Amino acid sequence: MFTTIQDLGRPGRRAAGVPPGGAMDRFALSAANLLVGNPEGAAALECALSGPTLVAVRTCLVAVTGADFGATLNGRALPGWTGVFLSEGDRLAFTGRRWGARTYVAVAGGLAGDRWLGSAATYLLVGRGGVHGRPLQARDVLSLAAPAPRPVVVGRCLPDLLRPAYAAEPELSAIGGPHAGLLASASRRALFREPWQVSRDADRMGYRLEGEVLTVKSQELVSFGLAMGCVQVPPAGQPILLMADHQTAGGYPVVAGVARCDLPLAAQLLPGQRLRFREVGVEEAQGEWRRLRAALDGLKR
Amino acid sequence: MPARRSIRIAPLGDAALLVELGQRVDTALNTRALALAAALRRRRDVREAVAGYASVAVHYDPEQVSFRGLATAVERLVEARPPPAGHGRLHRIPVVYDGPDLEATAAQLGLRVEEVIRLHTQPTYRCFMIGFTPGWAYLGPLPEPLRLPRRRVPRTHVPPGSVAIAGAQTGVYPLPTPGGWHLIGRTPVRMFLPQSDPPSLLWTGDRVRFFAVSSAAAAR
Repeated sequence: MFTTIQDLGRPGRRAAGVPPGGAMDRFALSAANLLVGNPEGAAALECALSGPTLVAVRTCLVAVTGADFGATLNGRALPGWTGVFLSEGDRLAFTGRRWGARTYVAVAGGLAGDRWLGSAATYLLVGRGGVHGRPLQARDVLSLAAPAPRPVVVGRCLPDLLRPAYAAEPELSAIGGPHAGLLASASRRALFREPWQVSRDADRMGYRLEGEVLTVKSQELVSFGLAMGCVQVPPAGQPILLMADHQTAGGYPVVAGVARCDLPLAAQLLPGQRLRFREVGVEEAQGEWRRLRAALDGLKR
Repeated sequence: MPARRSIRIAPLGDAALLVELGQRVDTALNTRALALAAALRRRRDVREAVAGYASVAVHYDPEQVSFRGLATAVERLVEARPPPAGHGRLHRIPVVYDGPDLEATAAQLGLRVEEVIRLHTQPTYRCFMIGFTPGWAYLGPLPEPLRLPRRRVPRTHVPPGSVAIAGAQTGVYPLPTPGGWHLIGRTPVRMFLPQSDPPSLLWTGDRVRFFAVSSAAAAR
């Protein structure tokens, strides 16, 4: 079990070397919160690979979104992406992973976690945020950050059609990066044409990708600031896709940046799965994000 | 006007862009980057502006400004804004020069250990950038005779407080992380300050001088 408290991250501290952090799949976390009436950035659980068994010590409204780990309520299948009422003593459990890498559990009121620099997101490298900066352990008791918002609406749901286009082998929209011009022309073609496999070296900081070896014209770059979704290419030619807890600075060429609308698809990948990059323009990517966002805004009404 | 032609602006995904003013470790370029970042932070449509050695990574709100619109504004700012002559704070950092790589580094450089220490404590370094991990400060430039490529095999664990060199840079590991730099000493001074905001002792534009102390003095 690898479950941490996450929210939408810790903005504004990149210049001090602190990454944004927060949920890997920001759409799923936002949706889970909105389905239970929370502000979209409230703290919730991010469960990687498998889910915990949770017992309600009080009645509460919850929603499970993101990956499908076979959520059950007292042994019976629980619908995903739906606000569900739990009574005291109810057991929310997971039978096993069906697809995806990370499932999110939001509770009306939001979870209380250690706050550090304006966020309750667990940041393991420095042991801050969430539950004492660590993953959850058996017998941890979670409390609410605030009383459950009124009115309590059970059964609010987000249909499949309005969710990101999660797929086993997704195509990620990506915008050419500042140093795309340093790629040899064959490598530039390969970047946007060949499949990339997520290696075992994949965590909340980023995914090392395996595939064609990319050739970058040697140029020493002085270190610069990075963003989630950046695709950087170290000298060995195997790209790295930066995720939520990414290093804030680096000197490897950045050849592409995955669009916000498709970061949730990347967040749901596991080692061994494949992805492709599809080159898009900035405006097109921003338009796709607006379309996806509209689904979240619809939940606020 | 200095080289407007040389600036490059490119997207970092669909909500950030990178402004590159050059590709050199150079105080004047770094000062311009700092000034540009400060000017950009004053804009409502900019969420974060992070100065690098010779660049600014700008995280913006696409609902308020387009990539093109912000790029045009950046070009204007680069032309209009004269770099301020700020010096940053000066930090004096005690170092016990007994790092696990000290002797090997001296041998590789063809220097005696005392010369390595003398050379490392001589300059006033500039903090060109904070990043990589929280509190990591890229300091430089390192005196020419101390420049070495990184270790071929990075260490999987470097203790916090380790004072290290690589290429034209020097720095102090703020956290227990893997690392490929040459460890020449250690300091009891904490670089990562989790109780402070920002949680970093050093700030871009600050200056640093190292001075040698005995192991006993560092323990006090």
